[in-house]
Amino acid sequence: MRLPEGAIAGRTPGGRGGPPLAYVNARLLDPATKLDTLGGLIVRDGLIADLGPHLAKPGALAALGVEAIDCAGACLAPGLIDIRVQLREPGEEHKETISTASEAAAAGGVTTMVALPNTRPAIDDAALVESVARLARETSLVRVETYAAVTRGLNGKEMTEFGLLAGAGALGYTDGTHATTDAQLLRRALSYAKVFGKPVIQHPEEPGLARGAMNEGEISTRLGIPGTTAFAEIIQVERDLRLAELTGGRIHFSCVTTAEALRAIRDAKARGVGVTCDTAAHYFALNELAVGDYRTFAKVSPPLRREEDRRAVVAALQDGTIDAIVSDHAPHDQDSKRLPFAQAAFGTVGLETLLPVSLELVHKGELDLLEVLALLTVKPAKLLGLPDGRLAKGGHADLVLFDPAAPWKIDAKELTSKSKNSAFDGHLTQGRVKRTVAGGLTVHQA
Amino acid sequence: MSASPLAAIGFRPRHLLGIEGLSAGEISLLLDLSDSYVEQNRERGKKSTLLRGRTIINLFFENSTRTRTSFELAGKRLGGDVVNMSAEVSSIKKGETMTDTATTLNAMLPDVLIVRHPDSGAVKLLSEKVDCAVINAGDGTHEHPTQALLDALAIRRHKKRLQGLLVAICGDILHSRVARSNIHLLSTMGARVRVVGPPTLMPARIEAMGVEVFHDMKKGLEGVDIVMMLRLQTERMQGNFVPSVREYFRLYGLDYDKLKAAKPDALIMHPGPMNRGVEIDSEVADDVDRSLIREQVELGVAVRMACLDVLTRDLLASNSNGGGAA
Repeated sequence: MRLPEGAIAGRTPGGRGGPPLAYVNARLLDPATKLDTLGGLIVRDGLIADLGPHLAKPGALAALGVEAIDCAGACLAPGLIDIRVQLREPGEEHKETISTASEAAAAGGVTTMVALPNTRPAIDDAALVESVARLARETSLVRVETYAAVTRGLNGKEMTEFGLLAGAGALGYTDGTHATTDAQLLRRALSYAKVFGKPVIQHPEEPGLARGAMNEGEISTRLGIPGTTAFAEIIQVERDLRLAELTGGRIHFSCVTTAEALRAIRDAKARGVGVTCDTAAHYFALNELAVGDYRTFAKVSPPLRREEDRRAVVAALQDGTIDAIVSDHAPHDQDSKRLPFAQAAFGTVGLETLLPVSLELVHKGELDLLEVLALLTVKPAKLLGLPDGRLAKGGHADLVLFDPAAPWKIDAKELTSKSKNSAFDGHLTQGRVKRTVAGGLTVHQA
Repeated sequence: MSASPLAAIGFRPRHLLGIEGLSAGEISLLLDLSDSYVEQNRERGKKSTLLRGRTIINLFFENSTRTRTSFELAGKRLGGDVVNMSAEVSSIKKGETMTDTATTLNAMLPDVLIVRHPDSGAVKLLSEKVDCAVINAGDGTHEHPTQALLDALAIRRHKKRLQGLLVAICGDILHSRVARSNIHLLSTMGARVRVVGPPTLMPARIEAMGVEVFHDMKKGLEGVDIVMMLRLQTERMQGNFVPSVREYFRLYGLDYDKLKAAKPDALIMHPGPMNRGVEIDSEVADDVDRSLIREQVELGVAVRMACLDVLTRDLLASNSNGGGAA
């Protein structure tokens, strides 16, 4: 990770080689241990040195000679682990770079981004995994991990070198925003990935059916926009669950949006199939009405669904069917979005709005704060075998300090991301990041 | 036409982007005004000076002869200056061309832009980039408001009403902006609408727009006052929506046999251009007692004059502030 502005290598408190730093008078929230208490946390050498209620007051630290930051009762939680981010670098640096995405992540309290391999070129070779890691070391404010492509050049035909890719650090395999459709190929991918203990991440849309630009239904008919039926998702998910069952491999569906697909996943989990899934914040916060009068910022893939489906997504978050919440950060420049709806690109930026939009679940009484944080931290981390996403002595000091009640009317123009295509432009939320700490250093401060 | 009562009644929208959202009063206003322009058009001297000095640009991103000509005549008969522009959409980036073209044209200070575009919503997007009034001359599979207005005018002139009529819209509903605009208009005016066609050419949840759906042509035509045929838009077919033209004509082509199911005085309409022998039998299409197809074309000019009239009315009013009526 690059040093944030103003930090000095080996000198800045909290960072590697620097003096220790304490965060006191904070509401400590650790979903992994269900800790929710007023306390403090000491950071040393980029790691969490100590934490707990005994460090609540600045006075407790004076004796130790530790510099302390008074959090004034704000929530201090593990930094968010966002396991679905499109970085656009290499290849589309006019939309986003690892550097600008990391700034957006920092602004959103995200301390680990897991990148999709759908860059240009696609991340389908060990050397490219390493080059992303190197770029991240040099330019990113937060941790960056990456998936590798299932098939070369995302062509859906020839498998990549799963073993070498895993060796280079890839966390899983996915063809990104397109489903791996060839059943035999996916079967082999699921089988072979078992050797490396990695999941195959699947985009849940059967491409033959998913040719529309929004959810198929009353609104698409009114607007005259070609629709994509919810069955495109259900059919892909149901088939792939059978392949996971057949192979004993691990499949992870990303951005699940429909009641029926979630039901199928719930049932498969009960049968012991190796399946996990996530959804993106917009799928529980918005429905197809957000498309309104041809708003291309609300054009995402899979599409925003009916209100019934949105409610099913909330229910699946409540009952544990959904294992993680992602931003599905998909930056696009104006030329890709200021177009007639059918021609516009799919996707919304999401790193900076992930936390406040997810907190809506808490404010509406649908989940409690620790449950929502678990979906944003320890659960996605565990799913990919990452040690982070928890407040643990000796662990990375990756933290987010936030005020869960602060009101925020999201204004896309004010976002940090290089691209401003937010489906949440104008959305009213509660919850704002006050400070983000990665590797012990403050990478964002409101 | 100075100090028109219309100014007092008011036509709220600044643009005519679609029928959806127009009130029954606004639709009636346009139809009444259209009737008066039908009279004007039938006189030897067809031209008035209402739009003298006004610039109207026909901006067509999609091929069209009849709609463009109809708008051109409408503008000229009102004394406006009409310029035609066809923009090639096939070139590099469609959207970029469109918004750039819009900004360029806007700089030439037109009073009305008439736009046709192959993408739904494109005309609305364009309307956000310009300062003048915009008329949607057809956007993708979304709306074609002036077609619905001229259809309604034709019906009203023959049946003396719209309220309570039973209208069947038949054929390729899925790809039809004409169908959508007509559904909005006819429902708003109190007519009952049926849509008839194969399930593969029906949009999802079309019944939510307040129509009855039929897949059997004869059942769909039973007791209707108006049979509105749609063109089978082969150029928009991306897949195999129907197996063959032959089968389509057998099942859904309008011939005298199927027409027997409708009321004896049922009238036949078609927005054109017709595919004879595909969706409509030639004899039926040319039946002078039943077919309104030629009249639809005539009324189209009058309806478009009415639209140009109401959308420029505000400009005229504001420009003549303090002076005489324009």
